[in-house]
Amino acid sequence: MGASRTSRVFLRVATGLTLGFIYFPLAIVALYAFNGNTSLGWPITSWTTDWFGRAFADEGVRNALTLSAQIAVAATAVAIVLGTLLAFAVQRYSFFGRETVSFLVILPIALPGIVTGIALNSAFRATGIPLGTLTVVVGHATFCVVTIYNNAIARLRRTSRSLEEASMDLGADSFQTFRHVTFPAVRSSIVAGGLLALGLSFDEVIVTTFTAGLQQTLPIWILSNYLRPNQAPLVNVVAVLVVLISVVPIYLASRLSSDAGNVASGTR
Amino acid sequence: MTHHAAASAASAGPGRRLAIYLHRRPRLRLGLLLAPPLGWLVVAYLGSLGVMLVSSLFRVDAFTGKVVPEVGLANFETLLTSEVYRTVTVRTVAIAAAVTVTDALIAFPIAYYMARVASARLRGLLAVSVLLPLWSSYLVKVYAWYVILAEDGVLNWMLRPLGLSGPGYGDVATWLVFSYLWLPYMILPIYAGLQRIPESLLEASGDLGARAGTTFRRIVLPLAFPAVVAGSIFTFSLTLGDYIAPQIVSNTQFIGNVVYRNVGVAGDLPFAAAYATVPIAIMIGYLLLARRLGAFESL
Amino acid sequence: MKTRSYVTFIAAAALAVAACGGGATPTPAPSVPASVGAGEGRLDLVAWPGYVVGGTGGEQVEGYDWVSDFETASGCKVYVKPAGSSDEMVTLMASGQYDGVSASGDATLRLIKGGEVAAVNLDLVPNYANVFAGLKNRPHNTVGGVAYGVPHGRGANLLIWNTQELGDSLDSWSIVFDPTSKAKGKLSLYGSPIYIADAAVYLMATKPDLGIKDPYSLDDKQFKAAVDLLKSIRPNVGEFWADATKQINSFAGGNAWAGTTWQYQVNTLLANDPPAPVKAVLPKEGSTGWSDTWMISAKAQHPNCMYKWMDYIISPAANAAATVYFGEAPVSKDGCAEAEKLSPGHCATFHAEDEAYFSKVYYWNTPSKTCIDGRGDICVDYNEWTKAWTEIQG
Repeated sequence: MGASRTSRVFLRVATGLTLGFIYFPLAIVALYAFNGNTSLGWPITSWTTDWFGRAFADEGVRNALTLSAQIAVAATAVAIVLGTLLAFAVQRYSFFGRETVSFLVILPIALPGIVTGIALNSAFRATGIPLGTLTVVVGHATFCVVTIYNNAIARLRRTSRSLEEASMDLGADSFQTFRHVTFPAVRSSIVAGGLLALGLSFDEVIVTTFTAGLQQTLPIWILSNYLRPNQAPLVNVVAVLVVLISVVPIYLASRLSSDAGNVASGTR
Repeated sequence: MTHHAAASAASAGPGRRLAIYLHRRPRLRLGLLLAPPLGWLVVAYLGSLGVMLVSSLFRVDAFTGKVVPEVGLANFETLLTSEVYRTVTVRTVAIAAAVTVTDALIAFPIAYYMARVASARLRGLLAVSVLLPLWSSYLVKVYAWYVILAEDGVLNWMLRPLGLSGPGYGDVATWLVFSYLWLPYMILPIYAGLQRIPESLLEASGDLGARAGTTFRRIVLPLAFPAVVAGSIFTFSLTLGDYIAPQIVSNTQFIGNVVYRNVGVAGDLPFAAAYATVPIAIMIGYLLLARRLGAFESL
Repeated sequence: MKTRSYVTFIAAAALAVAACGGGATPTPAPSVPASVGAGEGRLDLVAWPGYVVGGTGGEQVEGYDWVSDFETASGCKVYVKPAGSSDEMVTLMASGQYDGVSASGDATLRLIKGGEVAAVNLDLVPNYANVFAGLKNRPHNTVGGVAYGVPHGRGANLLIWNTQELGDSLDSWSIVFDPTSKAKGKLSLYGSPIYIADAAVYLMATKPDLGIKDPYSLDDKQFKAAVDLLKSIRPNVGEFWADATKQINSFAGGNAWAGTTWQYQVNTLLANDPPAPVKAVLPKEGSTGWSDTWMISAKAQHPNCMYKWMDYIISPAANAAATVYFGEAPVSKDGCAEAEKLSPGHCATFHAEDEAYFSKVYYWNTPSKTCIDGRGDICVDYNEWTKAWTEIQG
């Protein structure tokens, strides 16, 4: 049963308009990456590609990009471990406080970033932990856990245990079963959640401001460089480059997570 | 089962022995699973939240600027008596609600198209194009709107020939910018939720004589509603706590701006913490409501 | 079991906060060194963006570097944490992880009172002798005759306006503070509680019977007058700016016609292509201004490096490089001479040697209960300024 013709047309138009809405400001950013003027006036009167060269040469940009990537990977890795453990615990066992766990897990991302930032900052200061890359990873992992947890638990709910039981009947112990049977079934959902976590961490600025020491992640670099007009066009270039660079990994990852997802869920 | 275990125990390596040991002790397994994540969340996160909330009962000494650990309700008194805090809270909540409704309305058609109408290949492409903007910096997107909405900016440049003019900066601009920023966070859960609706249900509805509109209204919408609520958690909370975008495209204050301005040990952390209890309370209430509506299964 | 241990944890945490909070008595300042030894090899600074550029860990900007020379001479590798506001600087210094900070006046007294910074032995900073007399012993960095730092530069907050809309010659703050101003809805004001002092400066000229002598020492009556003035012009305000980029683009894009600015924005706007139709002036009523002070942390891990830095950053060549880049006045005559080589006319534009000009400038200071102008404990402290600012902004 498909939608009627008018609704198909309506949906197509709506989708097109929405995509246009989504990409319009990004197109403006791309235009300003070629702006010859350092101010952000419109229309753009002079064009140049100089900023691209400067972006590649700028060490601050490279350091910020590398640091952001490292923190995102580390935070996502921690979140994957914690989120998966938690998902298995909640799905497979019943214990006191089980319902509150999913509530607890979503708190870091649902509460305002400034609250999480101030709280973590006070905690680090009170316990004497110096602010640095580690504290940033801690902060990011805390609100990234929920993306893994939710995806993993949704998949676990749909995975039947009979496969695992069969595996054990055939002589595998629980570690082997996990490695060969359970994990492949949930892997794609974890990848999907991990992708979202990577994005969340990469672009996070509020919690990072409160948990970073001397480090400049990319968002902090952007924040501090927008304060100086001579650097503002550089920021636009960096933004464009980051989007372009992330097309391929996002495409690959979404293919990875959707293919297996369709197989496991059994819809369509 | 026991027969196998006994047989394999004899020739078991350490990994297998550990597996057998754990297999017999479900509570230990549970403990090992729960300890790291819960330990982290409860101690690191809840603990630090607790410390912050406790400090809202203290005050700052007017001479030294240091926190004085005397319990009192002075901060909360100020919050209740001074009108500006009510105004700021109402403004923030109203815009957060408006953004949520706007995003739900915009997201639903595209999510429906992606989930139920588009071909598999197109669906993949659309998913990527919705995800991609999440990777372009939040700050850059806000500044892009700052440029677009300027008096001599792109929007007015396009509208003036038609005799219209853009909203300029202010609360309308903030609503627009937030709706833009959080749109992918609404599209993705709705898309996932609509995907999960089995085709067979819709066919059954058709077989029973319902037209497309009725099926949509009575089958699709109720089933997708939890997903909409799930997405709304993001749009509502992200708007409620933000302070960067309002500073750029508006000159009015959001809750986050007031908290941010007061924060800092030699500033007024107790007062900032006191005001921060407002969005915390609002969000916890919202989360409880969302859980009641089934959103937690649809995240 | 869970609930009980949770409560115990909270109680313990509360005690920890209490212990860390300290009491009402200020901590005594640590003793001041008698000599500067060898550098410790590293220096961690908190600074305004654009103050520490180059070197190992300074901000990296193509074509600008005044930190590498310091690193070579002293052996101290420099790492900077740029901060966007005074509040941020105070918070960062409280962590004890940094050796020094370039603090504005609305942070300096908070840092001193809070015990975050130590007094400075000026004998150990040879270049201080050459600093302009007008920058020595300022109330925002000298308490009870004891100096707490060395100045980085100075600048005034100027009146900027759009000449196309408001004419060529304005000389008064009335275009901002008069509720019937022609710039309705197009005002661009500095978005920080310290701006209440600017209203106080205007009242010093227009309502002398209020008796305001120092815009940062306001008793309840004077404070209320300043706050009411700001509330009365609030409908005319188009934007509150905190970073230069925003204001530059507002004036360039037509969203702002008049407001408070720094020379830096003016220069950038005039250097645009085409130049923005703006002009700036120090109005006849005088104005607020700022002079950032390099201060050493009370918990500095690398105090020798910090003293070497303080001496270096006010040496002529380095000071010229830093102040020309940022857009403010150097602190010494020799600094001006060096600045002329980098940017002819720099000192004239920034009135670096014009003490008469700066006599009408009230450098940012930290309002506190004990009036800075010596009237006793009757003034309004900064926390109240912050709360009032929240009400003003609405």
